[in-house]
Amino acid sequence: MVVTVIFMVVMAVLVGWWLSRQGLTAKPWLEVGVSDDARGAEPSVHPTAKIGLGAFLVVAGSLFSLLVSAYSMRKGMADWHSLPMPTVLWFSTGLLILSSVSLQTAVIAARRGEHDGIRSGLLAAGVSSLAFVGGQLLAWRDLAASGYFTAADPAAAFFYLLTALHGLHVLGGLVALCRTTIKAFVLSEACTPQALGELTLSVKLCAIYWHFLLLVWLVLFSLLMRWTDDLVEICRGLLT
Amino acid sequence: MTDETSNVVQSLSVAEVADVELYHPKSWITKYVFSQDAKIIAIQYSITALSIGLVALVMSWLMRLQLGFPGLLSFIDADRYYQIMTMHGMIMVIYLLTALFLGGFGNYLIPLMLGARDMVFPYVNMLSFWVYLLAVLVLVASFFVPGGPTGAGWTLYPPQAILATTPGKEWGIIVMLVSLMLFIIGFTMGGLNYVVTVLQGRTRGMTLLRMPLTVWGIFTATVLALLAFPALFVGCVMMLLDRVIGTSFFMPAIVSMGEQLPYKGGSPILFQHLFWFFGHPEVYIVALPAFGIISDLISTHARKNIFGYRMMVWALVAIGALSFVVWAHHMYVSGMHPAFGFFFATTTLIIAIPTAIKVYNWVLTLWRGDIHLTVPMLFALAFIVTFVNGGLTGLFLGNVVVDVPLSDTMFVVAHFHMVMGIAPIFAIFGAIYHWYPKVTGRLLSDTLGKLHFWVTFLGAYAIFFPLHYIGLMGVPRRYYEMGEMAFVPPSTVTLNAFITIVALIVGAAQLMFVFNLVWSLRRGRPAGGNPWGATTLEWQTPQTPPGHGNWGKTLPVVYRWAYDYSVPGAAQDFLPQNQPPVPRTA
Repeated sequence: MVVTVIFMVVMAVLVGWWLSRQGLTAKPWLEVGVSDDARGAEPSVHPTAKIGLGAFLVVAGSLFSLLVSAYSMRKGMADWHSLPMPTVLWFSTGLLILSSVSLQTAVIAARRGEHDGIRSGLLAAGVSSLAFVGGQLLAWRDLAASGYFTAADPAAAFFYLLTALHGLHVLGGLVALCRTTIKAFVLSEACTPQALGELTLSVKLCAIYWHFLLLVWLVLFSLLMRWTDDLVEICRGLLT
Repeated sequence: MTDETSNVVQSLSVAEVADVELYHPKSWITKYVFSQDAKIIAIQYSITALSIGLVALVMSWLMRLQLGFPGLLSFIDADRYYQIMTMHGMIMVIYLLTALFLGGFGNYLIPLMLGARDMVFPYVNMLSFWVYLLAVLVLVASFFVPGGPTGAGWTLYPPQAILATTPGKEWGIIVMLVSLMLFIIGFTMGGLNYVVTVLQGRTRGMTLLRMPLTVWGIFTATVLALLAFPALFVGCVMMLLDRVIGTSFFMPAIVSMGEQLPYKGGSPILFQHLFWFFGHPEVYIVALPAFGIISDLISTHARKNIFGYRMMVWALVAIGALSFVVWAHHMYVSGMHPAFGFFFATTTLIIAIPTAIKVYNWVLTLWRGDIHLTVPMLFALAFIVTFVNGGLTGLFLGNVVVDVPLSDTMFVVAHFHMVMGIAPIFAIFGAIYHWYPKVTGRLLSDTLGKLHFWVTFLGAYAIFFPLHYIGLMGVPRRYYEMGEMAFVPPSTVTLNAFITIVALIVGAAQLMFVFNLVWSLRRGRPAGGNPWGATTLEWQTPQTPPGHGNWGKTLPVVYRWAYDYSVPGAAQDFLPQNQPPVPRTA
């Protein structure tokens, strides 16, 4: 549970930092009236949807940190043996990086108001994400072909569970990405600044979500590839 | 407490909100069934939660009848008893308390108390309720599947939860896990709404430190829930896989009924960690909204500002943060390293500090207040007493050396029923008596309310106080019948029968409460907009019950904190939050 506790500590620090800027030392019983310059008086300038996404990412982050915790705990037991990782995982990792990068280019294009840039960025992200999911399925098949698709193997069970939950998050993101792409293609070049602003926000939200998915995948990938074994060992050493 | 108006903008333009921003229902169905209005969703949540809670109440009668008069009801055998026990616990903790505090009170009070027109994501909010309803229906379905509901206990500990000898092994456990997962998905949708609404939906002048403590309580609890429920979700997914496709996440190599099962190498302790990582914050998910509500009830009905408002806020946040580092105190008997036990005992005892601060502040709020013994106030006072009671036994159980002998006895049952059963239920009753006039425009009957209070309050103590002693004698919990045991004196049998009779009476009093809810809907005394003379914004709405969009044409502007009661020199004994300060004439 060390990973989870670390995650919670990071969250607590973030919350503490945020709270410390909200005037928690104010004396509301002495202050009457509305003063516009009071810190924390007005809701944040960030769009509500962005805050909502941020909150969701915290929940998803908690989910994945718990999975990683469970994985590390199970890994520490005597009968654990590792899986040979399919090479195709390297390709899917590359594809996910690619989709993250193309979404970032779409964001840059949206800031400049270049419609073609937005569209191509979104399309590239969509295609590479689909290819990522395909790559994951290939990895599943590879493992199954070499006889690891059995419930009896704890490492395989964790591998399928981790990749499946991550993949489901990608698929959920693809629904939002699909809607944004349609919006981008429907919107004409001569749209109002407000419509462009809304599209830019959607693209930005997709990009944030994809960066998050990439980060989670990189963590999972390094765990599955056993690069983090030493780290896990150190953590366990701290505990016992 | 004077009207200091230094550096204050005097003439304020009212914050107008264009009509297009608000969602408008077009038909009866979208107005009352698939409604996106937080107030309707709140009522839907509350009715669903209270209805399923009544089912769990009936189950507690059945359990008590079995314990008090073994063999009285022929259809209760050991298996049936475990099923009833499991469903009672699960429904009460998750489907009633969590849903009612956050889904019910959260939805109703957050937008109104913050001066918002609605939640920030109304559509997601609507989905949240329907997914919750689906979760409840799936849960209810487990009574009708072959083999009945699971009898694994509300903690669902593996391996026993999915072994063939546990009742509900066939379908019950699967249905239970699916229902929990649905609940978590539904809750997450609602929870994101509550958090983001508090962050983004506050009206002009409503700083964080001007929010009523009810909102602070619900807000903190929602943050806890959003972080903690994923642990239960992960646990549910893994156990479902263990049960359905035979993975070994939690299942060790095990022989069941003389047969070696195909499982090997899973870790039951892993499940305990995941479960209690959710399970302990869950206690505070239920308690923190209650803390907030009680603060507001006490301040309003004692006509006095809350003592130490800032400290109350800090204590809420501190309790929330600490609740994530105490989970393993539920696992002292799982064979953990003594150093762990020491760590978790220490963190557990530290929680007593912010909690005690809150209790002292409530008492000091009451001190020399103009206490009106209304029904909400009676319940609020009962909450404080009961919470202190249950909290103190929590200090016993938080110590490893005391916990080990008391673990799995009725003492534990008495402790958690006091602290997270009875106490939050008192807060819920107090809150319902307090806000019912705002929701319906009519007051609940006072006579029935007082009767309900006294029977419930005295009854709850008559039930759970003796239970502590039964536990101290070593009577284990979760036992379907005691049989002949040398260490159990005959007096416990008498005591158990007494408890059962009281439990039936208290249960009947709850039916009276339900009757009161329905009866007062039409026959109750009209309440007017602000029957209690309260300062918070929900009592200042132009209509009662509040109309669609809550505030008419203009949003309220907040000029002061939520606790301006009995301000010297003021015309009334309360100053609503949206009452502008008197301009200085000097």
